[in-house]
Amino acid sequence: MSNVLKIILQRLLLGLLTLFVVSVVIFAAVNMLPGDFAEVILGQGATPDAVAAIRRDLGLDQPLVLRYFHWLGGAVQGDLGTSFAQANFASFVGEGAAKGATVMQQIAPRFENTMFLAGVTALIAVPFAVGLGILAALYRNTAFDKGANVFALSSISSPEFFLAYVLILFLAVLNPILPSLSNIYDGMGLGERIEKTLLPALTLTLVVTAHMMRMTRAAIINLLASPYIEMARLKGMKPMHVIVRHALPNALAPIINVIALNLAYLITGVVVVEVVFVYPGIGQLFVDAVKNRDIPVVQACCLIFAAAYILLNLLADILSILSNPRLRHPK
Amino acid sequence: MTSISRRSLLRTGAAAGVLAATGLPIRAQEAKRGGRLVVGLSGANTSDNWDGRTHSDIFMTSSGQGAVFDSLTEVAADGSLVGELATDWEASEDAKTWTFNLRKGVTFHNGKKFGADDVIESLQLHVAEGSKSSAAPLVSPITEMKKLGEHQVQFVLAEGNADFPYLMSDYHLLIYPAGQIEEAIAQGIGTGLYRNVSFDPGVRWVGQRVESHYKDGQAGWFDEIEFIAINDNTARMNALLTGQVDAINRIDFKTESLLKANPAIRIQEVPGNQHYTFPMLTNIAPFDDVNVRRALKHGINREELVQKILFGHGKVAADSPIGAANQYMADLDPIPYDPDKAKFYLKEAGLDSLSVDLSASSAAFEGAVDAAQLYQASAAPAGIDINVVQEPADGYWSNVWIKKPWCASYWSGRATEDWMFSSAYQEGVAWNDSQWGTDDSERFQNLLVEARATLDPSKRREMYGEMQQILRDDGGVIIPMFANWVQAVSNKVATPDTIGNLWQMDNARHAERWWMA
Repeated sequence: MSNVLKIILQRLLLGLLTLFVVSVVIFAAVNMLPGDFAEVILGQGATPDAVAAIRRDLGLDQPLVLRYFHWLGGAVQGDLGTSFAQANFASFVGEGAAKGATVMQQIAPRFENTMFLAGVTALIAVPFAVGLGILAALYRNTAFDKGANVFALSSISSPEFFLAYVLILFLAVLNPILPSLSNIYDGMGLGERIEKTLLPALTLTLVVTAHMMRMTRAAIINLLASPYIEMARLKGMKPMHVIVRHALPNALAPIINVIALNLAYLITGVVVVEVVFVYPGIGQLFVDAVKNRDIPVVQACCLIFAAAYILLNLLADILSILSNPRLRHPK
Repeated sequence: MTSISRRSLLRTGAAAGVLAATGLPIRAQEAKRGGRLVVGLSGANTSDNWDGRTHSDIFMTSSGQGAVFDSLTEVAADGSLVGELATDWEASEDAKTWTFNLRKGVTFHNGKKFGADDVIESLQLHVAEGSKSSAAPLVSPITEMKKLGEHQVQFVLAEGNADFPYLMSDYHLLIYPAGQIEEAIAQGIGTGLYRNVSFDPGVRWVGQRVESHYKDGQAGWFDEIEFIAINDNTARMNALLTGQVDAINRIDFKTESLLKANPAIRIQEVPGNQHYTFPMLTNIAPFDDVNVRRALKHGINREELVQKILFGHGKVAADSPIGAANQYMADLDPIPYDPDKAKFYLKEAGLDSLSVDLSASSAAFEGAVDAAQLYQASAAPAGIDINVVQEPADGYWSNVWIKKPWCASYWSGRATEDWMFSSAYQEGVAWNDSQWGTDDSERFQNLLVEARATLDPSKRREMYGEMQQILRDDGGVIIPMFANWVQAVSNKVATPDTIGNLWQMDNARHAERWWMA
């Protein structure tokens, strides 16, 4: 087990380094976009005086490097700062009205919503994809196998917004079964919340299924040629039992890896789906923030996305170690 | 009911409009209380808040002035001016001193009584030290605000302005409770028909009808209002088609037929003041030559732009920003598309051909780049070579507009002629996007100042008419078209016969003026 702990520590340190690099890249990239917060927020009404006043209030007139280190100084102490929108608002009306509006407080409810969507999707997609993969392995090279593959590959090959519109067309417009608008809010009952979340969850399910299903299928088929599977078959076990009891446990490592990667995608890749379904998650907040050049919010969102990838990858590695007795008990 | 003294009625420039307003366009016997209005609106942002100084798009104007807050005056659906928190007003002979009588018995949502202090303190917000309010130009000409009584205020202006009561209807100029303004902005406390129940910026707003209000029987029919932020065009259309919202603003013309095919939905279209423009900097060659400007005006096919860019949802304009929602719109013939005439004016300018850059971006208006390309094609036979420069939408207003010599732009228009002209055509003002000044037309600038202080409506009509003609013939802004306000409403919701045309969504007052069918 000490081996596992060492790996976790190592990977966490590397993860921190990655986050640092990500923050530098994002900071530079957002600053390279034309226009800044002051110009965007004032729009057509941007007089040089007003632009200068906002830049002064937000510290946008400071050199880039200085601004970055100022932000980093706060970030390492767990303070991701105040969004430009809030800081600008506070400069209008005084701190009193705008207090309690840090980036963290702004992001927290949105992140919860995104996690809820990811959770609902995972509950649907993981059993669906793994089950489909097992069945495809069982009935490999039959019409079922080919049909499942065509379905999964064509849905992963279509852009997300297209899948979303197809689902809206069939499940909301032509047959009004599900709402096309996923405007969930605080205080909504769980049942209604799930109903509103179903269409985006189904869209995401279509996107992530192919990867997981095909990995499950490949990993299992790979094992079916092993001598111990042949042994199981020879002793007269049913094919389904062979696969679920003997092949699957040994195929878990690559499957878990792929599931973890796809779960990370559910958190970071939801931007388009959230916009199409008007789902108030972190993706929509991110789009708004980029549009406004609200750098503190963009930074925080990117760090969350990056952290999700790093942690889920780490989790995948740990789980694949734990699922493999040879790695669990090194000699 | 608005009570206006006979004297002030005769004096103010708005006399004609006020008379019309007393007829009350809403047929109150039809409208009934009850129900919940759910509207999908674009123009929402996570930076939205209850500070009127920052309001600029339909989501916040609908929930700010359109529901939670009131202003001193209100532009009624028919374009006339009626009192909101003011009951009536009176000007001195020179239109420099304005006395407003305030409504009695009004309370804020937190129980505070409304009075003169609230008006004065709320207006001062816009001119406070370091204020970034877009409405500062409206308030800064007030040199003195006097509290004459608990329910009477007097404003002294630096120079006479006959439209002053109209300016007070601006959606930035919300009235907050004095002494509690920070709190009111944080929590959304106003005197409007709907109190703020929950507000999630960029996502959703819910309001609840106050129990009793001075507009009872005239407006505020719904029990509850929900605005959902749907910035995506397709998502907004889908939400209406699937019945999840009762109305949406700004429909996408390309998929308009889908809405038309649905019998449960009606499209509401009103011609207003919103106009798309191509301003030239008249202080820069070659646009400093009036003949070049005339040549360019003859080189544009306005009809074609209305058909292809607005899909017919608009009207040809005559290079004047005064539109259907204004009082004194002159009946001018637009300059016709005529390549020969354009050639003629080029010759007058001493040129055989002309090569100019036209900067455009979708930030100016939807289809601006296409419009520029159509312009390029129509101007070519006249020997005018327009080079269309596609600019990035980001930073367009800061880096291109009024910076590049010729570009695409838009204006949503203003309630009064003077307001429009003094925002964009007065010499030296910040948004004068053609750098139009006395060098171009001394007559125009003189008329602008003179008309502002004139209270006699017939004289004003004459002066504003002449100014519009000057702009058509000599002006530096090509205004090919007015774009209609187009929105879609479910048949579950009833709307008055007359829909406001100053802004989209019934002047952003759909929560007040509409009711459940």
